[in-house]
Amino acid sequence: MTAKATGTATVRVRLFARYAELVGQAEAVVSVPLPATVGDVVRRLRDDIPAARALPERPLAAVNLRQVKLDAWVKDGDEVALLPPIAGG
Amino acid sequence: MRNAELNEMSYLTRSPISLDALLAEVSSAACGGTCLFVGTVRSGPEELGVTAIEYSAYEAMVEAEFGRLLANAGQRWPDTRIAVRHRLGVIPSGEASIAIAAAAPHRAEAFEACRFVIEEVKRRIPVWKKELRVDGTETWVDPSGRPTPHPLTPSPQRGEGGPAHV
Repeated sequence: MTAKATGTATVRVRLFARYAELVGQAEAVVSVPLPATVGDVVRRLRDDIPAARALPERPLAAVNLRQVKLDAWVKDGDEVALLPPIAGG
Repeated sequence: MRNAELNEMSYLTRSPISLDALLAEVSSAACGGTCLFVGTVRSGPEELGVTAIEYSAYEAMVEAEFGRLLANAGQRWPDTRIAVRHRLGVIPSGEASIAIAAAAPHRAEAFEACRFVIEEVKRRIPVWKKELRVDGTETWVDPSGRPTPHPLTPSPQRGEGGPAHV
């Protein structure tokens, strides 16, 4: 077991498609105190950027190119993506 | 880096999809059956004047997720060769947005693997589409509330998908 992470994580948040339109930007950088989850990052984004309150509270998310649940941990330098409902094909 | 730009080695393209090239990628003397699925931009009575769909993606994740998806398919159908291409950008109705070629020693695996890939694309490949209409309006497509018309794996409890003979 490693010691529980402390300090601050700075993560790059990426927004796509409708979410980028709603917020008016496709990227943001947010800092969260550790330990932190993807859900914490979403809450911080909504606090930092008023337009981000238009996003759902529990969006589909990915960390470093993999879909994760909102209780997944984030670490410094991660890329967190908020994904609108997938509509490919 | 494959995901740094859209190039010919990518699963993504901004040009019309070449079905011949896709078929050539999976062609093998060991494969006696090849299934080709082509998804096209639809403008039927339900689409109300859709002239095109604009596709966008989380491109780096699409590349990574397609890699994982094809690895899953390779485990399930080990002798199957699969190639896939998803087009991005504005695609006029009638043109292909996705094509999947699956070649296998026998046709059953080719059909199954091809069906698996398109259903998984719908579920996990981060691509989004915006319908563009003749009247200038635009709508993001949200399939999350729509029922899946044909489940990929019928549940055995309903008497489907069990052994072919007992």
